[in-house]
Formats: sequence, C-alpha cells, structure tokens
Amino acid sequence: MIVQNRMAICATRQLADNIIEMVLEGNLVKEIASPGQFVHIRVTDTFEPLLRRPISIASFDKEKEQMTLIFRAEGRGTQLLAAKQIGVEVDVLGPLGNGFSADNSAPGETALLIGGGIGVPPLYQLSKELTAKGVHCVHILGFQSATAVFYEEEFAALGETRIVTADGSAGEQGFVTDSLARNPVEFTTYYTCGPTPMLHAVQQAFHDKQGFLSFEQRMGCGIGACFACVCETQSGQDTPYVKVCSDGPVFPAGVVAI
Amino acid sequence: MNRLAVELPGLSLRNPIMPASGCFGFGKEYGNLYDLSQLGAIMIKATTLETRFGNPTPRVAETAAGMLNAIGLQNPGLERVMAEELTRLAQHDVPIIANVAGSETEDYVQVAEAISKAPNVNALELNISCPNVKCGGIAFGTDPKLAAELTAAVKAVSSVPVYVKLSPNVSDITVIAKAVEAAGADGITMINTLVGMRLDRKTGKPVIANGTGGLSGPAVKPVAIRMVYEVSQAVNIPIIGMGGVAEAGDVIDFLSAGASAVAVGTANFVNPFVCPEIIHALPALLDELGLETITELIGRSHAV
Repeated sequence: MIVQNRMAICATRQLADNIIEMVLEGNLVKEIASPGQFVHIRVTDTFEPLLRRPISIASFDKEKEQMTLIFRAEGRGTQLLAAKQIGVEVDVLGPLGNGFSADNSAPGETALLIGGGIGVPPLYQLSKELTAKGVHCVHILGFQSATAVFYEEEFAALGETRIVTADGSAGEQGFVTDSLARNPVEFTTYYTCGPTPMLHAVQQAFHDKQGFLSFEQRMGCGIGACFACVCETQSGQDTPYVKVCSDGPVFPAGVVAI
Repeated sequence: MNRLAVELPGLSLRNPIMPASGCFGFGKEYGNLYDLSQLGAIMIKATTLETRFGNPTPRVAETAAGMLNAIGLQNPGLERVMAEELTRLAQHDVPIIANVAGSETEDYVQVAEAISKAPNVNALELNISCPNVKCGGIAFGTDPKLAAELTAAVKAVSSVPVYVKLSPNVSDITVIAKAVEAAGADGITMINTLVGMRLDRKTGKPVIANGTGGLSGPAVKPVAIRMVYEVSQAVNIPIIGMGGVAEAGDVIDFLSAGASAVAVGTANFVNPFVCPEIIHALPALLDELGLETITELIGRSHAV
C-alpha cells in the first residue's frame, strides 16, 4: 500500500562525489514489497522547488523500520535533501512502483547484476535477497571515474564484483558491456539498472537471456496519474505504452522500446 | 445544513473542491489512496474520439513554484473511457465532469454526444484550451467566433450542461467568455495553463520534447485570480476557478474573485491527499471569517 509518511533521517553520509547515502526511519518501510521500488520525497514544505523527487530504495530493514537511499545531489531538490541533518523529518510518499523479484532466479543459479552510476543502489537489496536464497550473484558496476565509485565493498561481500569506469581511473576501463565482452560470465538471468543507453546495450548483448531492466524517466505524480513518464512498448506487447512510475520501473526485457 | 454545498448547472456539489482535468487521470490511482466520494466532483482526463499516445518525453519540467507539461492529451479514446473508466468511477458517489477534446468540430460533437449520456457524467468541460496539441485545442479557445461555434455545436448534442474551459493565452479573456456564454455555455472553467518554455543550460535547447509546455502550479495563481475577477464580472454564468490552488486559503481567494467552485491541479502531484485536506480545512476558515456558508464568499472582491 502507498502511504505518506514523515520519516526521520537517522544517518547521512557522502559516499562519493555528490553521492549521498541517507537512512530514513518510519512505518512506510513495512509496506516495501520488492527491491527496486522507489519513494517520492518532498524536499521542502514550501512550493519551491515544487515537485517531489523520485529516489530508489537501496536497502531496507523491516524490523528496524529503516530504509537506505542513495542519490546524486545534482539539482536543486536533491541538494536540499542532501543538506538535511540527522533528526530532521521529510515527507515521503511510497513505496512506489514494481521492483525486481528474487523469484526469477532459483537457488544454485547465477544471476548477473549490472548497474550504471546512480542505477547501482537498487541492485544492492536485490543482491542481498538473491544471495540469501542461494543464488550466486556476479556484479558489474559501471561509473564515470574513480571518484564516483561507491558500495564496492558492500557488493563484494555478496559476490564477485567488477568495477568498470569510463575513464579507466578505477577497475576496468570502458563500459559494462565492454567488460562482459572481454570476460564473459555464465549466468541464467540478468538484472540491470542505469542510464537508458546502458540498458539498451545490455539488452542487445543478452537478447537470448531472461532479463529485467529498471528504467528512469522524468516524473510528475509518481503514482500513474499524470502520464509524464510513459514509454512506448515494443511491437507485439499488449499495450502501446507503459508508465515507468506505476507499471515499472522494472520491466522484463523486451517490453519497453529502447 | 452543509456549509460547503454549492449548486451549479448539472452539479449538486457537497463541497466546491474537485481535482482538475489532466491532474487526476480517471481517478483510479487516487482512489487507491482515499475515498473519492469525499470530493465535490471529479474532472476526468480529456477524452478524444480515438486513442491518443500523446507527445514524446520529456513531457514535464519543473519551474519556479510551478511546472511545465506537454503530455498531449494521452487517453485511451472514447470507447474505452466509457466502457472502463466511467464504469469503474460509477462505484463512487461523486459527480463527474467529462473533459471533451478533439481536433475538429466533428470530433468534439461525437465525443460530447456519447459521453454526456453516461449515467455518472453530470456535466461536460469543453477543452478549447490545451496548448500542447497541434490541431484543435487552443486554436478554438483563442478565437471568439470559433469558440462560440464549437460551444453551440456541442450544446446542441449534449445531454448535460456544458462548461467551457478557457485559455489564458489571449489578450482579453472576457471576449472569449462572452462569446461562449452567448453561444449557450452553462458555465466556464478557467484557467488552463499558460504557454511557457524552459531551456537546458548546457545545450540551450528546450527541456520539454514538445518545445513549449503549459505552466501550472502556485506560480500562475495571481494570473488566474485576475482573470476570474474579470470574467465573473463580464458574464452571468458560473465559473469553476483553477490555477495554482494548493491549500484551503487559495479556495477563499478564488471564490472571492468570483468563482463558484475550485479545481485543484498540480498540487495533486505534490501532495496526493491535497483535495480531502483542503475540504477538511474549509469550515475552520469560514469560522475565522465569520461566515456561515461558503457561497457567501463568491465575488467578495467585486466593487458594489
């Protein structure tokens, strides 16, 4: 169920250049159904900036009623959020959308998790859930450069983790698909989140595999009412379009036209 | 006695608050969050004869205390709106105002005739002011002769009262208002969005794929208040006012300016519970002003 919750900030720290990790506490966490869902945060009680900010959930702990968000403080809204201190309450709407399902991998199988930049966070909770049920996870995480890399150790604790940077300043040089072409991974299902060009390249490279992609799009309402975040679907689908916020953000490979 | 009740052509409103067309879909998503029968009415998303996909993305861009949108009237088309959306809405005890759009007179007439026969549609809102479609829309709303002709054509076939939604993108909005009143409009809804543009700092190009978009949100409220003030003194048909309504105090302002009811648009995106919150806050505001009923507010700004 979607709820509106004033959640207290219990921890906040900078992970990399402009990348903030923030832990929020409140009963909204009880409603989270799957990794890859997101929340819509109002960063001010005034009308400037006006709209909420959609931010994906990196991990959650239902017992403690805490969730961890990782976001890039880039625009006005996310910078205001990043500046908030521990103890401050923020207006959070969520959980929103349909995330990844760990049910798509069976124990003993290998899952390939491919993240790009600020698309990396939702893969963390997914990897925790997959590894907990005995799925072997391989993580390929792409970033712009060494100063943008985060959560390398956290992912490494769950399974093989490759860091790939566009400029080669950390890990391998190139894109995630370059790394996978050089050193292929045997896997059954892939899960990916990141910029659309990366999703496109991943889907093409593994067109014969089962895969799930998490999309990003400018949003208005976040609940499916405003039609701001629609994507055209590939021909042959039941509907001509999907809404990233409420039908997604995670779709099986081949649904969204990219 | 219900202090918030308002009577308008075709509409017995339990309160004067309704979500604005295009900001509430067909009520499904918000219906998952609260009981829609709390609302005065619902203005459903514009319906066209055929399915419309709408404009390419990005379709929205934030601006100072507002936002631009160019959705492009995306909707499943008349047949499915009638069969699925209106049927689902019939389970809620709430009047529906159906927003009717088209690219030529014949489209509007066909949609209006059919949708006005739906049992839970109490009124039509004739959309002659959408700034984000290439044909129709705003072209009808900026020419008093075309606006009047379309109003008369729709009035001739509609089974329910017809409200005409006016565009603020004109030099004198009272001219259009008087033209549609003379053509038989039962009421006016105003204002639609103001045409605007935001540029990307890096590329210098428009952020919205459509180039221009419609500006809404608190930023436009003073323009809307001024226009409601002008139109309400130029015509004798009621006005449903809208433009930047975000809290209960804004409702006081719109009614004082001359509106008889108020629609809430963009604020639904900021706070999905804003409509019921405004409704619940109104009685206390009436108490503060020493008023018994909300209708006493209507037109307080006008010179006696």
